[in-house]
Amino acid sequence: MAQPRSARLLSLLGRLVVLAVLGFIILPALVVGIAAFNEKALLSFPPEHLSLRWFVNVFTYEDFQVGFRNGLIVTVAASSIALVAGAAFAFVLDRYSFNAKRFIEGLLLAPLVVPHFTIGLGFLILAAQVNMSRGFGVVILSHVALVLPFVLRSVHISLRNLDSKLELAAASLGARPGRVLLTVTAPLLLPGLFSGWLFAAILSFNEFTASLFVTSQQTQTLPVAMYNYVREYADPTMAALSVLYIVATATLLAIANKSLGLGKVLNVEQAR
Amino acid sequence: MLSKPDKVPADSAATPKVETVTPPRDVAVRLDGVTKRFGDTVALTEAWLQVRRGELMTLLGPSGCGKTTLLNLIAGFLTPENGEVFIDGALVTDVPTWERQIGIVFQNYALFPHMTVADNVAYGLKTRGLAPHEIARRVTDMLAMMKLTGLEDRKPRQLSGGQQQRVALARALVIQPKVLLLDEPFSALDKNLRGSMQVEVKEIQHRLGVTTVFVTHDQSEALSLSDRIAVVSEGRIRQIGTPQEIYRRPADRFVASFIGEGSVLQARLERIDSRDAAVRVGTKLVTVPAAPLAALSPGVLVDLFVRPEQLRLATDDPAFEGTVTTAVYQGDHVDLHIAAPHAASTRVLMRLSCQNAAPQAGSRIGIAVEGRDATAFPKEA
Repeated sequence: MAQPRSARLLSLLGRLVVLAVLGFIILPALVVGIAAFNEKALLSFPPEHLSLRWFVNVFTYEDFQVGFRNGLIVTVAASSIALVAGAAFAFVLDRYSFNAKRFIEGLLLAPLVVPHFTIGLGFLILAAQVNMSRGFGVVILSHVALVLPFVLRSVHISLRNLDSKLELAAASLGARPGRVLLTVTAPLLLPGLFSGWLFAAILSFNEFTASLFVTSQQTQTLPVAMYNYVREYADPTMAALSVLYIVATATLLAIANKSLGLGKVLNVEQAR
Repeated sequence: MLSKPDKVPADSAATPKVETVTPPRDVAVRLDGVTKRFGDTVALTEAWLQVRRGELMTLLGPSGCGKTTLLNLIAGFLTPENGEVFIDGALVTDVPTWERQIGIVFQNYALFPHMTVADNVAYGLKTRGLAPHEIARRVTDMLAMMKLTGLEDRKPRQLSGGQQQRVALARALVIQPKVLLLDEPFSALDKNLRGSMQVEVKEIQHRLGVTTVFVTHDQSEALSLSDRIAVVSEGRIRQIGTPQEIYRRPADRFVASFIGEGSVLQARLERIDSRDAAVRVGTKLVTVPAAPLAALSPGVLVDLFVRPEQLRLATDDPAFEGTVTTAVYQGDHVDLHIAAPHAASTRVLMRLSCQNAAPQAGSRIGIAVEGRDATAFPKEA
């Protein structure tokens, strides 16, 4: 069936717009990715000669090594604490109704509207007030506050998708609450808990603004170390690091997808 | 699901878990004046119910009537504000679900999606700490009885609806429950499968002799499966009786209209004594039970409730006359819809077997009321 010319033109235009938007999203990563292989000590594009020297620099530069290690410590600790706390809160919010429920829900999701630098500054002042040394403690605490809402949401959605009749059925079959939790609730919530933890970890590892306030020379995380590097040098090391970041995150998500299914991890699919 | 710790010794099946109130041996479940509220709404008001051992008792009513609340109270998912629940003569009002030894099949079956069929069925045996070989034996036997042999290693989502239901039944029955609770178990099945599953469940229930409480909103399902039916509406048990009693002697207007089909005729109360009453419809007197009319005196208008098969064609000496508006051929019978001045409802439904030639639409017919099973109720306020 012959379409009117205007319709064909529109459909062609539509495709072009989609391509342009996709290109716009990918372009920065593409440019940075190519610039990372530039041989010259300049962030120029396109590179004349290719080299891997900046990747070598990423791994050998001491501040990055320390920053990576610090980042791992903070990320693992903060997202694990947030997972336990967030899961507990999500459970209470899902299973019980009480007067202050709305208020607590609002409070727990508040970090989404409070700017990161406010949280960083707040923890900095608080730490000084209670004479807390500027060690990992304050960094981890501020990261917990930052990622808690995301964990809370992820677990809350998984809980809502969990059929409470499964727990009732288990109880009718003689299982005490602890056993129900271990054999029915926990296994079915695992994808949700894992996705919550993964989100928290990615956010925490990438977090810069709040970290800038609360970290010291000893505790600076990778993004802070990167910021300090950029203030002194303008070579493609940053670009190389970006490529590594993208590859690492993609690998992590691919593994999560393979073992659990991305639909479940991202909670877009009904848990079954 | 809170329990008072002093009432629930944790172990040993030999010691009685709760005080025993010398029960009649044939009562498996007893509810004594149970009331349940959710906030300001009363879900169940003073429910009294006795389920006999081995009996299939149906809780029948429209959605939101309180029948599921009743089931949840027996299961121990809810605790009543007032009244007591007994299972096998033992007071279990404050006993948690996991110590009640009940089996339950939900509408969506609630099979554990992360476990195989065999693990689903074994779940209740594992919680009881049975030896592995004993668990394996019982699971195998139960799966064989439910015609599920060969599906042991499947996950629930790999099964058909009927198979899922069988697994749910097997899981509930393998623990040899004191009472089996069925919460609308057939409503998720398509119509053909539903019929055969109903027969199968009834057979298994009868063979095992397991006391069963069955919740449904489907009155034909209730009539065909039940030993007795409790009709529930607006949080109250309206009537408890055999399917025949419920169908032929409805206790009130709600039960009469909810169960089966029927029409309402205009009638006048002529006589009333302690057992029977006589009401006049058209030119004839019909005897009805006195109970629903207790407060009334002769002379007042009442509603006479008649089943379609209680009306017949009368060429001479009819009770009243009417005009056929529609004749609907149903294969083994014909449904006649009749407009008549004596009808209190919009139409009168009459059912004739197809052996006789049925009157055509538009024809005027005489109608007689076969006495006995009609019931009269006071006019609605």
